[in-house]
Amino acid sequence: MEYYLHLVLNGLVIGSIYSLVALGFVIIYKATKVVNFAQGELVMFGAYICFALTVQMGLPFLVSFFMTLIFSVILGLCLERVILRPMIGEPIISVIMVTIGLSTVLKAAIQLFWGTQVRVYPQVLPSEPIWILGLPVAPVYIAAFCLSVVLFVIFSLFFKYSTMGIAMRATAFDQQAAQSMGIGVKNIFAMSWCIAAVVSSIGGIILGNINGITPQLGHLGLKVFPAVILGGLDSLLGAALGGLIIGVLENLSDGLAQQFFGLAGFREVAAYFILVIILMIKPYGLFGTPEIERV
Amino acid sequence: MQGKCGLFFTTYAKECQVFHTDFQKSTVALFFLVLLAAPFFLSSYQVSLLNLINIAVIGAVSLNLLTGSCGQISLGHGAFIGVGAYATGICTLNGWPFLPALLFGGATTALVGMIFGIPSLRLKGIYLAIATLAAQLILVYIFMHWTSVTGGAIGMGLDPPVILGYSFDTDLKMFYLTLFFAVSAVLIVKNILRTKSGRAFVAIRDFHLSAESVGINLFRYKLQAFGVSSFLAGIAGGLWAHYTMYINPEQFEIGLSIQYLAMIIIGGLGSVIGSVFGAVFLTLLPEALGIVANLLSGFFPDISTYFLAMRDGIFGLILVFFLIFEPDGLARRWQLAKSYFKLHPFAH
Repeated sequence: MEYYLHLVLNGLVIGSIYSLVALGFVIIYKATKVVNFAQGELVMFGAYICFALTVQMGLPFLVSFFMTLIFSVILGLCLERVILRPMIGEPIISVIMVTIGLSTVLKAAIQLFWGTQVRVYPQVLPSEPIWILGLPVAPVYIAAFCLSVVLFVIFSLFFKYSTMGIAMRATAFDQQAAQSMGIGVKNIFAMSWCIAAVVSSIGGIILGNINGITPQLGHLGLKVFPAVILGGLDSLLGAALGGLIIGVLENLSDGLAQQFFGLAGFREVAAYFILVIILMIKPYGLFGTPEIERV
Repeated sequence: MQGKCGLFFTTYAKECQVFHTDFQKSTVALFFLVLLAAPFFLSSYQVSLLNLINIAVIGAVSLNLLTGSCGQISLGHGAFIGVGAYATGICTLNGWPFLPALLFGGATTALVGMIFGIPSLRLKGIYLAIATLAAQLILVYIFMHWTSVTGGAIGMGLDPPVILGYSFDTDLKMFYLTLFFAVSAVLIVKNILRTKSGRAFVAIRDFHLSAESVGINLFRYKLQAFGVSSFLAGIAGGLWAHYTMYINPEQFEIGLSIQYLAMIIIGGLGSVIGSVFGAVFLTLLPEALGIVANLLSGFFPDISTYFLAMRDGIFGLILVFFLIFEPDGLARRWQLAKSYFKLHPFAH
């Protein structure tokens, strides 16, 4: 029993990272209808910038944390202006491929600057475990979980009450109508890429504190798809819950597969099996808006 | 009906011809004569590149039929090629002759492709792309962990293909085999596009609701597109497996799918000749970069340590560049170049 509890707790931790990355994905999709395959690389970018600032430049962690966020804002703005804006109105395959190309470029750039070896962050939080339900949990994990929850609440409130958030939802709903009401659609697009880059960077920094970082981190971006499909592509709540659920299910099924079938490494694909099942029965996820097509 | 400059078609059948003029026919014939003679003047390494191009052409043409012409985005083409490679390899290891094994590999891949194509009736656009992404990752997991059949991470060693007792054991011999299959694949796809099915594919791509309302059975034609495309992918996989004589799951990772998608985008979506251009371009790109890196190694001695990352980066940059500045790909450049020479002194 304790074994399963452990699996669930671990799943929640990994899941909270998935939620953060999925949050970034959903914000972009919600406002611009762009499916971002480079989400994992945005995570990696944040993690490496923060690493460079803390370890290579020797800045205090908090300073470099905030500087990383500024860098991600700049990155988000550049990406939107240079690469994504020419893609408005192009077929979906082009948009997918441009973000895939982008992810290749970002990954290559990171390898050029930092090489392929594992980089480890300095210890920021105490390593003394905290006991929850009789199980030891590292404080980093708790920080990750809390940060995810806080960010989710902030963004939910942002989308619900702030003028900018309402403008973003309006743009997502109908670009032409939003534009005729005086909303700068281009600014909204830029804004959503900034937010997504910032959220992803935070995810990356947390991950760096947990496991260290390698250029393989980008694969995380693919793990986002099960989470967002389960939650619904355009739902913030869905992204947050979807990430947690996928994290838990993935860990549980990995444990079960290992215990009963002796299958190693089922963790890598468990989420995609879940993804296929969801697509078969409920393609718009738990909270997504069904697409209605009219001629 | 008015066609190209100086061509006048009186029937639809005439307009649909692959080659309209004698000049076109003779240039194509000349091209093939040169191509057939080329291996005798090239080094063995250059012939091996030609082989890889031929195999890439089969894969790219088949993906372009599915994604470019029928509009069904597939991020799982690399894994489908892998299915063909493993199915063919397992058959020949069990003593099957090469050709039946290759056909069986193609048929198996077609079946797998159609199974993953079934959701395409309900799923469109991004949802289908994600479903095929899942197919890609799941299939590679199966290659990796079904060790009793696929050999797992150790991979599978194979012999060169043998047809009727004749062994294709050098690059030169292999070239004619791969060229035969590449030309067949191009002809098959080109001709499918001229039939009722081909027109149905294009109609589905352009707007599936209109296609359905003019009486096109969406499910049937989408499955057909998945089937034909995966069959050809399986053939490409089988040839590749027996050409390199060794396969392991890492060859068929998502990177391969992205590579093939990049080929059809750089070449031109929905264009058969474009897929060929894309395949040639992306197979030769790493070679060209290698030559440049060699030239530069005098100035930057440690360039070789960065080469892999730079190659990926340049690949990504080229892909993004094409999508932004030339979304219709090399095929359009080719058309422009042809019409430039045709109209030469008069630009309009």
